[in-house]
Amino acid sequence: MANRSSGLARWIDDRFPIFDWWDDHVGQYYAPKNFNFWYFFGSLALAVLVLQIVTGIFLTMHYKPSEDQAFASIEYIMRDVNWGWLIRYLHSTGASMFFVVVYLHMFRGIIYGSGKGPRELVWLFGMVIYVLLMAEAFMGYLLPWGQMSYWGAQVIISLFGAIPIIGDGLSLWIRGDFAVGDPTLNRFFALHVAAVPLLIVALVFFHIIALHETGSNNPDGVEIKKKKGADGKPLDGIPFHPYYTVKDIWGLSVFALIFAAIVFFVPEMWGKFLEPDNFKPADAMVTPPHIAPLWYFAPFYSILRAVPDKFLGVVAMGGAIFMLFLVPWLDRSPVKSIRYRGPLNRIALAIFVVSFIGLGYLGTQPPSDLYTLLARVFAVLYFLFFLSMPIYTRIDRTRPVPERVTTK
Amino acid sequence: MRKLILACVLAAAPLLGVASEGGELPGFKVDLTNRAGLQRGARTFVNYCVSCHSAEFMRYSRLAQDLGLTPEQVQANMVFNGGDANQVMRVALVKKDGARWFGQAPPDLTLAARSRGAEWLYGYLRSFYLDPSRPFGVNNAVFPNAAMPHVLAGLQGTQALTDGHLQPVAAGTLTPTEYDAAVRDLVNFMVYMGEPAKLVRYGLGVKVMLFLLVFAGLAYMVKREYWRDVH
Repeated sequence: MANRSSGLARWIDDRFPIFDWWDDHVGQYYAPKNFNFWYFFGSLALAVLVLQIVTGIFLTMHYKPSEDQAFASIEYIMRDVNWGWLIRYLHSTGASMFFVVVYLHMFRGIIYGSGKGPRELVWLFGMVIYVLLMAEAFMGYLLPWGQMSYWGAQVIISLFGAIPIIGDGLSLWIRGDFAVGDPTLNRFFALHVAAVPLLIVALVFFHIIALHETGSNNPDGVEIKKKKGADGKPLDGIPFHPYYTVKDIWGLSVFALIFAAIVFFVPEMWGKFLEPDNFKPADAMVTPPHIAPLWYFAPFYSILRAVPDKFLGVVAMGGAIFMLFLVPWLDRSPVKSIRYRGPLNRIALAIFVVSFIGLGYLGTQPPSDLYTLLARVFAVLYFLFFLSMPIYTRIDRTRPVPERVTTK
Repeated sequence: MRKLILACVLAAAPLLGVASEGGELPGFKVDLTNRAGLQRGARTFVNYCVSCHSAEFMRYSRLAQDLGLTPEQVQANMVFNGGDANQVMRVALVKKDGARWFGQAPPDLTLAARSRGAEWLYGYLRSFYLDPSRPFGVNNAVFPNAAMPHVLAGLQGTQALTDGHLQPVAAGTLTPTEYDAAVRDLVNFMVYMGEPAKLVRYGLGVKVMLFLLVFAGLAYMVKREYWRDVH
């Protein structure tokens, strides 16, 4: 960093700890040197968050949160606002890609035991971000005021109605009307552009501060702080800047290539990112034949539908998300990384991946007897992965963890 | 267990493209590079569709700009309500009247190509057949019991549905090949109308991708240089 003992840098340093912050979190933050492919997704999630905030601000300048004008204002952005179509596609693609990188980031945490002690709070803050992100995406999806926006919101809000006693009052309170309407749109807009983003930014801050307090985990699950050199720096650590800044810029540029390919060539992603039915304006009188959530909610929606009772379905869906919060405590393995775990852990993980993707696929399809049966099988497997985790992680074989990190 | 395996295979079938649905829809390859075709499609659209259907997000002036026409040409040949070319494509038909006369108000068509898809539109516009039981004497093989009359019958002529196949009954002013070409132009125009940015999106995308490729290459070289001393 710039020499802070003289001139303007000195003047600032005496008044504001910006240089200390830089050193603590970037310049002198020592990260393990063996990060692999899976470690790109944290910085990519941050990049997408910034993209969503910036594009969101520009969309807000032209969007009208009103029942009568919302749909038309999106088309106005797509046609009459200079570069409006690009800003809108960046935002809509960003929403889906946010979940892509966050799911991969969470999966990384599971396979390398990143949430295990002493990083439980890093994991919990991350899980809160994930839940906030789902709320953010759900409320943002209402804003274009298309058929899927409208009916998706109608279905999801009605789930609160399944809660005994307070359910009806609660869903009425959320909607602000007896059906999804102008008050719902206005409050979702307020929450989507102000409340939830503020919370997400705050939680991302906590997530990173907590991470930098304990130090980063790595693919070997070795604590690099245990082996320090004479200078007091971890032997297996390298300063985040410049090593990981240049590496993450390279990762970001590859991600940007994929992102741009979607934005410019397939922004609808064949109906997965922008659904055909959402190009019809919301119509309270016409229910679409098939209401499906966007892909990133589909696994949980599938679990909801797999349970015959609506209230219990809501409980199961909430439980499916809650399970993820518990991972640091459910996982009783003496080692962190999957690299040094035995076959039981690997099989369980494979079953989890298959059932999560299976549920995701089924959640976007119209229900049938066969699909309901499959969704039930996958839902049971999904829960078994978590509920039996304390058992299989404890009894499974482990291989000895090396003293130092390994590099290929 | 065997049942479960079968179930898995069946569930995976749609992913593999084994099961076919909507098999009656013909393929349609969108072509937005043929400007004359888009102009012909626009002509068909304003002459035959905009009497009942609005396109309330499509400006005549934007159309002129994008399809290489002058505002005067558009004003003289496409704007029939006496207004100026900066307006969007509105219709005089009141929604309530439309609902009363057709059973359902004619929907706005700006985004029809995005909500229905080009293939559907192409199939739909070629699949009207005579059916005396319907209010306008025609039905549609792609969209059964469609409320819309066959407004292009003057061009296509009429068809009958026999044994699931559409057979010509009376000829129109166009031959079947010419009619298909006219519908193709119309659908291409509607795809353009659904998203005018499509005309520039792909070209810009290629430039952005090339830039990012170069950038990614440089970023990789910088990364490799810095990481040379990490062992």
